Amino acid sequence: MEREFGVRLSLESGGKIGLVDGALGLCARIFVACLFCGVLFLFSASRLAAQTKNTCLDCHSQLDAPYHVDPAEYSQSIHAQKGITCAGCHGGDPTSSDMDKAMSKAAGFKGRPERKQVPEFCARCHGDAAYMRGFNPSLRTDQYSQYLTSVHGKLLAKGDDKVAVCIDCHGVHDIQPPNDPRARVYPVNVAHTCGACHANADYMKPYKIPTNQLALYDTSVHHKALVEGGDLSAPTCSTCHGSHGAAPPGVSSVVNVCSTCHVFQAELFDSSPHKDAFATLGLPGCVTCHSNHGILHPTDAFIGTSDDAICMKCHSSGDPGYEAADKIHAQLVKLDASITRSREILNTAEQAGVEVGQPKMELDQARDDLTKARVSIHSVSLSKVEENLEAGFKVTEATFKAGQAALGEASYRRRGLALSLIFIFATVLGLYLFIRQLERKPS
Amino acid sequence: MQPTDPQPKQPARRRFVEFLLGGGLLASAVSFLYPVLRYIIPPKLAELGSNLVLAGHVGDLRPNSGKIFRFGNRPGILILTSDNKYYALSAVCTHLGCTVQYRPDLAEVWCPCHNGKYTVTGANISGPPPRPLEKFDVILKGNDIYAQRTRNS
Amino acid sequence: MSAASSIRQWLDDRFGWDELMAFVRHKTVPTHRFSYFYFLGGMTLFLFGIQVVTGILLLLYYRPTPDGAFESVQYIMTNVRFGWLIRSIHSWGANVMILTAIAHMFSVFFLKSYRKPRELTWLSGMILLFLVLGFGFSGYLLPWNMLSLFATKVGTDMAAQVPVIGHWILVFLRGGDDVSGATLTRFFGIHVAILPGLATLFIGLHLFLVQRFGMSVPPSIEAEWKAHPEKAREVRFFPNFFLRELMAWYVALGALGCLAAFRPWELGAKADLFGSAPAGIRPEWYFMFMFQTLRFLPAKIGPIAGDLLGVLVFGLAGAVWTFLPFFDNDKGGRGKRWIAGLGVFALAYFVGMTAYAYLAK
Repeated sequence: MEREFGVRLSLESGGKIGLVDGALGLCARIFVACLFCGVLFLFSASRLAAQTKNTCLDCHSQLDAPYHVDPAEYSQSIHAQKGITCAGCHGGDPTSSDMDKAMSKAAGFKGRPERKQVPEFCARCHGDAAYMRGFNPSLRTDQYSQYLTSVHGKLLAKGDDKVAVCIDCHGVHDIQPPNDPRARVYPVNVAHTCGACHANADYMKPYKIPTNQLALYDTSVHHKALVEGGDLSAPTCSTCHGSHGAAPPGVSSVVNVCSTCHVFQAELFDSSPHKDAFATLGLPGCVTCHSNHGILHPTDAFIGTSDDAICMKCHSSGDPGYEAADKIHAQLVKLDASITRSREILNTAEQAGVEVGQPKMELDQARDDLTKARVSIHSVSLSKVEENLEAGFKVTEATFKAGQAALGEASYRRRGLALSLIFIFATVLGLYLFIRQLERKPS
Repeated sequence: MQPTDPQPKQPARRRFVEFLLGGGLLASAVSFLYPVLRYIIPPKLAELGSNLVLAGHVGDLRPNSGKIFRFGNRPGILILTSDNKYYALSAVCTHLGCTVQYRPDLAEVWCPCHNGKYTVTGANISGPPPRPLEKFDVILKGNDIYAQRTRNS
Repeated sequence: MSAASSIRQWLDDRFGWDELMAFVRHKTVPTHRFSYFYFLGGMTLFLFGIQVVTGILLLLYYRPTPDGAFESVQYIMTNVRFGWLIRSIHSWGANVMILTAIAHMFSVFFLKSYRKPRELTWLSGMILLFLVLGFGFSGYLLPWNMLSLFATKVGTDMAAQVPVIGHWILVFLRGGDDVSGATLTRFFGIHVAILPGLATLFIGLHLFLVQRFGMSVPPSIEAEWKAHPEKAREVRFFPNFFLRELMAWYVALGALGCLAAFRPWELGAKADLFGSAPAGIRPEWYFMFMFQTLRFLPAKIGPIAGDLLGVLVFGLAGAVWTFLPFFDNDKGGRGKRWIAGLGVFALAYFVGMTAYAYLAK
């Protein structure tokens, strides 16, 4: 790519650097204006990273909103990095510094699209597989067709331009690929981007849907894993709702969404009596107990017969569900307590100086078993839960015994020490008496 | 007044002191030597391997199955594929640390926590895991199968 | 002839046994109100003996490689019968020995036992002190846990501050530019071969000199006894003084046993060469006063780097201290007082800085 400076262009197209003469007319004034912009550009800090002619920014970097474009911002964007000039989207002639030529209809200038036109505008390139292959063959090209199936797309088709279009999520001149942390659609940033509208109660008034999703999501384990834990595989809005084809999963298909990661739980649920019961009641799987946005880390208190237990929302005293919940809860709590008990005795032994690294590692196995048991409650079958708990109890028993042995070892050491201290004391006393005897003056 | 003859007391007193001193010295010497002698005798478990570990024996596994073994302080997984090749990997999932297992129906290593999947060579191919599982070299010595940490500085 | 006396005869015919025994029998120790300080030297020697024995026992199981060091210490602590005892006695014994060595040095200083003709005894003793600190520093890395790795990093970094040859010293100590497995191998060699060899040499020299010149009497006592010769007291070394020393040694053994049983030495987390430094890394207590001083010094003092100045000052102080007998011309008066003052200052500085370093945490 050639590098061209604004000044040289001006020289080439206009001829001499000369003084402005009022008699030269409009063309000359325009020419000088371009020259002026060109000189300014020369002294400005920026330079197009994609080394193509892009004279548009010469002027548009100096203009005020809504015509202002920050060249530094644009040059960092993925489009600029790939060598696409302003004309790539807006049409026109980027090589010309003549405003009329540059923005002429003949050169294909489209200007600023209206919101309603934006998806089609972007899809001109992003929906053209052959064209996109030239940049990145593995990029998808069905975003527009997906968008048309989304709630946003459908409402837009009906004439509502308040809904999200491409630029609302991706930005305009500062677009970054989704795997770039600066992108508005980088996983960590997605919820905030969706929340720009969906959490704005005033903006969403006409749609009569809740606006607390972002607030709820921010309390969830998924948010914690994603934002605090840096786990990019943790779900955000687009993971469950889709990105371009965004729509809430229907009541009947929520389980499929959650089961992409939580396979075991979904399988167990599907083979449990809850599946049909929920379907009959029109209740969504997973969400009924765990909620959809504000998904908190489940505790053993969720299941059972206490007041905060979720089971009690439907079940009542005496029915088989109630009995099962009660028993399951009791067993889970029992293993949890058993693990704590083992851990405590091992810690005590460790404090007393006995190395218990091995049993401590084995105790982690019991924690795994408890986790498996907690997963298996989705079958709401006591026997299934107990299967997993059994393995856990074996481990806690063994580690508790190891802890007792370690305490025994500690006590053995103390007794050994006491014994040797007695011998030492006897020797010291003996020495003392012997010395006294030795040094006593004979009578 | 004649001083009382101290002689009869002396030998007894002396003997007591000598007994105390001698006995104390002997007993304390034993209490020092006993641990040293027990220490010198090598324990049954020859070493706490962290680099080379006995993972199992030929015949422990049927083709297309896997088993967990202890590698240092963490679990490892030994796999025998249906074409009779052994693979040894770290069994700690690189997502959140759950212990993985071998799925004969998929012929892949699978993590039950969030449905992560790996090949038998440890490459993470599906789900949340961000990195592959650590691979160990498999060394066959007679009937014994050893897993060894791959040597790289 | 009884068995004992025929053996004695055999030894005497070849080694002059009787003469040796005569010397031992006639060796005396002066007794005065400062006599208790005479125990410190023997105690240090005894503890050194304990270190050698427990060290050799640890050698039966220890592996000086980055892959094996931590695991072998873990093995000793968990699988070897009484391994916990041997290891903890070795670790605690090291600290107690360094404490008694320092106490011995200060007591010799304040009792002025370094005066003519005992200058070389003091010098060999100072060399032994440096060797013992070297034992401590090299041994600290061997368990190969995070604390020891980073303490070694910091300590060898300080060595690099020495002008001109500093970097060479650093590379020599570390076996490379960074602390690595090579450092471990090197420190192991230093700890079990080089330093024990040198220590044996200098202990032999030091003990010979002590026997040669006998026990020194502090100036104030000397003056007293000169004025009133009838007040002079002494005891035979063998068996009287020795039996008392034996009592002290037994008590020390008991103390080490208690420390091992109630405060066993921890394993820590295995050293990770790529890991970040854990919070609160610091050298062992006997280096803390230097560490704390360097922390106080600003980054630059005039044109010189603060650390460099600190190392130079310590070097100079160490040199003056080591060659002290050659400064103390024993003329008394003002000379005596500034040396005593220096000693008080050194002791106060050492104790104060160490205490501050721990309390200020």
